[in-house]
Amino acid sequence: MAAVLDVQNLTMDFGGLRAVNDVSLSVQEGQIVSLIGPNGAGKTTFFNCVTGVYNPTRGAIHICPPGKKQQKINGMKPNRITERGLGRTFQNIRLFQNMTVLENVMIGRHSRLNAGILGAILRGPSTKKEEYQVKEDSYRILEKIGLTVFANELAKNLPYGAQRRLEIARALATDPFLLLLDEPAAGMNPQETQDLIRLILTLRDTEQLTVFLIEHDMSLVMSLSENIFVVDYGSLIAQGSPDEIKQNQRVIKAYLGEVVDA
Amino acid sequence: MNVQYLLNLLMSGLTKGSIYALIALGYTMVYGIIKLINFAHGEIYMIGAFTALIFASLLHYMGVNMILILVISMAFAVVFASGYGIIMEKIAYKPLRDAPRLSALISAIGMSLFLQNYVLIIQTERFLPFPRLIPDFPFLAPIQSFISSRQIVILAVTLVVMVFLSILIKFTKIGKAMRATSQDKTMSLLVGINVNKVVSVTFLIGSATAAIGGVLIATYMGQINYKIGFLAGIKAFVAAVLGGIGSIPGAVLGSFILGLTESLGTGYISSDYEDVFAFLFLILILTFRPSGILGKPETQKV
Amino acid sequence: MKPLNKDLFNMKRLKVSLAMAFWLSVVTFPIMVIKINTINDTVIWRWGNLALIVILGLFGSYIWNYALDRMKERKGESNRLKETLSGLYQRLRSNPKVKKPVLAAVVLVIAAFPFITSMYSTSILTTALIYVVLGLGLNIIIGLGGLLHLGYAAFFAVGAYTYALLYQYFQIDFWIALPLGGLFAFLFGLLVGIPVLRLRGDYLAIVTLAFGEILRIILNNWGPVTGGPDGISRIPRPSFFGIDLKLQGSINLTYYIMVLMVVITIIVVRRLEDSRIGRALEAMKEDEVAAEAMGIDIMKSKLTAFALGSMWAGFAGVVMAAKTTKVTPDSFGLMESVIVLCIVVLGGMGSIPGILLGAFIFKIVMEYFRVFAMYRMLIFGAVLVIMMVFKPDGLIPKIRRKYTVEKEGA
Repeated sequence: MAAVLDVQNLTMDFGGLRAVNDVSLSVQEGQIVSLIGPNGAGKTTFFNCVTGVYNPTRGAIHICPPGKKQQKINGMKPNRITERGLGRTFQNIRLFQNMTVLENVMIGRHSRLNAGILGAILRGPSTKKEEYQVKEDSYRILEKIGLTVFANELAKNLPYGAQRRLEIARALATDPFLLLLDEPAAGMNPQETQDLIRLILTLRDTEQLTVFLIEHDMSLVMSLSENIFVVDYGSLIAQGSPDEIKQNQRVIKAYLGEVVDA
Repeated sequence: MNVQYLLNLLMSGLTKGSIYALIALGYTMVYGIIKLINFAHGEIYMIGAFTALIFASLLHYMGVNMILILVISMAFAVVFASGYGIIMEKIAYKPLRDAPRLSALISAIGMSLFLQNYVLIIQTERFLPFPRLIPDFPFLAPIQSFISSRQIVILAVTLVVMVFLSILIKFTKIGKAMRATSQDKTMSLLVGINVNKVVSVTFLIGSATAAIGGVLIATYMGQINYKIGFLAGIKAFVAAVLGGIGSIPGAVLGSFILGLTESLGTGYISSDYEDVFAFLFLILILTFRPSGILGKPETQKV
Repeated sequence: MKPLNKDLFNMKRLKVSLAMAFWLSVVTFPIMVIKINTINDTVIWRWGNLALIVILGLFGSYIWNYALDRMKERKGESNRLKETLSGLYQRLRSNPKVKKPVLAAVVLVIAAFPFITSMYSTSILTTALIYVVLGLGLNIIIGLGGLLHLGYAAFFAVGAYTYALLYQYFQIDFWIALPLGGLFAFLFGLLVGIPVLRLRGDYLAIVTLAFGEILRIILNNWGPVTGGPDGISRIPRPSFFGIDLKLQGSINLTYYIMVLMVVITIIVVRRLEDSRIGRALEAMKEDEVAAEAMGIDIMKSKLTAFALGSMWAGFAGVVMAAKTTKVTPDSFGLMESVIVLCIVVLGGMGSIPGILLGAFIFKIVMEYFRVFAMYRMLIFGAVLVIMMVFKPDGLIPKIRRKYTVEKEGA
C-alpha cells in the first residue's frame, strides 16, 4: 500500500537561507505522526511546502488519497491541494476573526460545494438544498469538536483554546484524508491538552483520518504519535517510535545542545 | 536624429523628475511611517506655491531684489506649508491612526477636496501669473540652448534637499526614530520613541519639500491655480509607487524615471498622451515587480 | 474634584482649543488675509477673515475635542439609544401588520413619483438611482471583495460609450445596448483584472486609478472615433417597444428602468452576499492565506468580484448615456470614481440601505444646493473627514446576517 504522503528530497531555500534541507519521509494511512524539532528548525516551512503555500526549491511531494491513484502536488496552489484532501491548521491562529464560528466552518466546506455565480443569483432548488446542507454539516462538525455553544459568536471573541479547536473544526470541514496540525496545543493548559489528545484520537478513528502534527508539547507528542520525525537546521536527523526517539543521542543533542561529559 | 532635441528632452525630463521627487518624498515618508496614502499631499504643494506667490508679490511691491525675493518667499512657503501639513495630520489622520486603511484614505480625499476649495473660495479660481524669480545667469549664455538657468536652479535645489534629507535620516536622532517607527510602531513606543512627534516631524519635512517643489514649479511654469496640486500629487504618488513606496531612494529614482518617460514620450510620440505614458509605465513595472523598483516585497508570515 | 472628560466645560480642553485657534490663524494668515490682485498690482488685506478664523478655530476645535473625548468615553460601552432603535426597527420589520402597509406605501410612492412631481425632480431622482447602482456595484468590489478600486468611473464610461458608439455607427437600439454595455464592462473588468489583481492594497488602488485615467485620456484624444473632448451627442433616449415617446414619456420611462435596475441589483447583491461565493469573498477579505487553505481560489474570487462589480457600472453607463443624450470623457474622470467611493463609504460599506441613503443624500443635496455651489465641495470634503473620524462605519452600518440551524429534535 502506498503512503498517503510521500516526500522525497524536499529542499526549500529562501535567498541564501536553506530552511528545509533534503528531507524525505512518508506517512502511512491511519497513522498519527509528529514532526518535532527546536524552534526555527524548519517544521512550519515543511508544512507550508506540503500545503502549497511555498513552492519547494527541489524535491517531490506525492499524495495518495485512500482508494485513489498517487499524484504529485509540488507547485500546486494551496486551494488545489485542499481540494485533493489535505486539511491544515495554522500555528499563529488564522481564523476569519469577524465571522461567526459557524461561518468559519462553512467556509471550510467551500471546495465541497458547487454553487457558482449564477447559482447564487438565481438561487434554484439545488442551491437552496446545498445551502441548507452546508449549515447542517457545519453544525454537525461543531458538535463533534464541542463548539456548538459558540456557534453564533464571532471567532475573535472565543477563548484561546476554543480558537485552536475551531481551527481544527474548519480544517475538518474540508473533508481531508490527511490532517496537518501546526502546534495545535500551543498555549493550552494541561487540561485542554488532555482534551485535545482525546479529540485527535477520536477523529482518527471515527473519520478515518491520518494525522500529521507539529508540536512542542512532548507529553502530547509522546502519547499520541506512532511515528516521530525530528528535524534540526532543516535536516531530518532521526525518525522512529516515541521510545526510540527518547533514546536517540542526536535528538537529545539537538534539544539540549552539546552534552558535556561529566 | 537631432542631438540637441534629445538633450533638451532629457533636461526637461530631469527638471520634471526633480519636482516630482520633491513631492514624492513626502508621500513616501508619510507612507513609511503611518501607511497612509496622503491624498492631500498635492494640495500642500499647491498651498506652498500660493504662499510663495503672495509673499513674492508683497516683496516685489516693496522693491526687493529678485534673488532675495526667491529665498524669502521660499522660506515663507516652507514654514506655512509645514504648518498646514502638521495641522492636517492632527485633524484628519491622527484620530484615525488605528482605523482601517480605507477610512484614513477617505479622510485624506476629504482633506484634499477641502483644501482645494478653500483656496478656490478664499483666493481665486483663475490662473495667477507667477513672477519669474530666477534670472538668466550670464555664465550660462554659451550653453543656454541646452539648459536654462531655471533648470539649473531646480536641479541644484533638489540635489541639496536630497543630500540634506539623507543626512537627516541617516545620522540624526530624529532620523533614527523615524526609521525605527517605520519598521515597527509598537516597538518604537516601547523603547521610548515619541511616535506622535515623529509623525509630526515627518509631515513637517514632507510638506516642506513639497512647498519647495511648489515654488520651483510655479516659477518654472509661470502660473498657478488651485488645481495644480491634484495632478502633480497623483503623478508624484505614481513616482513613489514606481520606485517602491516607503523607500526614499525609490521615490527619487521613480520620479526621475517618470519625468524622463513623460518627456521622451511627449517629445517622440505624442504630446496628447503625456499622462498615458506615465500610467502605462507604472502598470508595466508593477506587473513585473509588484512592490516597485526598490521596494521590499511584502512577506507574509504563515 | 477633577472635571471629567465628558463634562461640557473643561479647562484643559479650552486651553488646547485656544492654542489651536492661535496656530490656525497664524498658519492660514497669508492665504486667508492677504489677497494679491495681480492685474493692477494691489494688495487687499482682509482682516475680517482673521477674526473669522479665530472664532471658527476656537469653537470648532472645542467642539471637535469635546466630541473626541465623548467618543473615547463611550468606547466599549454599548450605545443604548442605538440598540433600542435597531431593535425597534427589527421588530417593525418582522411584524407583518406593519411591514405590508409600509411596503405598499413605498411601492405606491415610487410608482407614482413621476406623476406627482415635476419632470425636473424625476430626472434628478433618476440620476440618484444611477448612483445607487454604481454604489452597489462598487460595493461588490470593495465591500465584498476588499479590493481598493480607484478607477471605477472607467467602467461607467465603458457602458456609456458602448451605447453612444454603437448608436452612432450602427444605430443600435438602447435595449440591445443595455446588456452589451454590461457585457463589455464585464470583459473590460476581466482584461484589467487579470494583470492587476495580484497587486495588494495601495498598489492595486494606484493601478486601477491609472487604468481609469488611461481610458479617459484615450477617449479624450481619439477624436475621429470618440468625438474627442466634445464626446458624442444626440444619443436617443430609451424607446418603449419601438414606440417613440415624447420627452416627458421617455424621462419617466428612464426613471422606471432605473427603479427596476435598482431592485434587481439589490436582489442580486443580497443573494450574492448570502451564498458560497459571498462567504468566500468575505473570508478572502479577512485572511487570504487562510482562505486559500480552505480551498478558495483567490485569483478567481477576486476576478469574480472585480468583473461583476464592473458589469453594474456598465449597465448604469448605458442608462446614463440615454438619459443625458450626450457623453463626454470629462464625466468619467478620477473625481467621479472618488465620488462613488465616497457614497459607498459614507453610506456604510457593505450596507445596502446605507448605500441607498448615501447616493440619495449626495446627489440630491448636490443638486438642490446649487445656490451654494462654491461651498458644496468644501463642505463635502469636511463632511468626509468628520464622518471618518466620528462614524467610520457610515450612516447605516452593515448588519451581520445570522445563520440559524435547527437543533436536533427541536
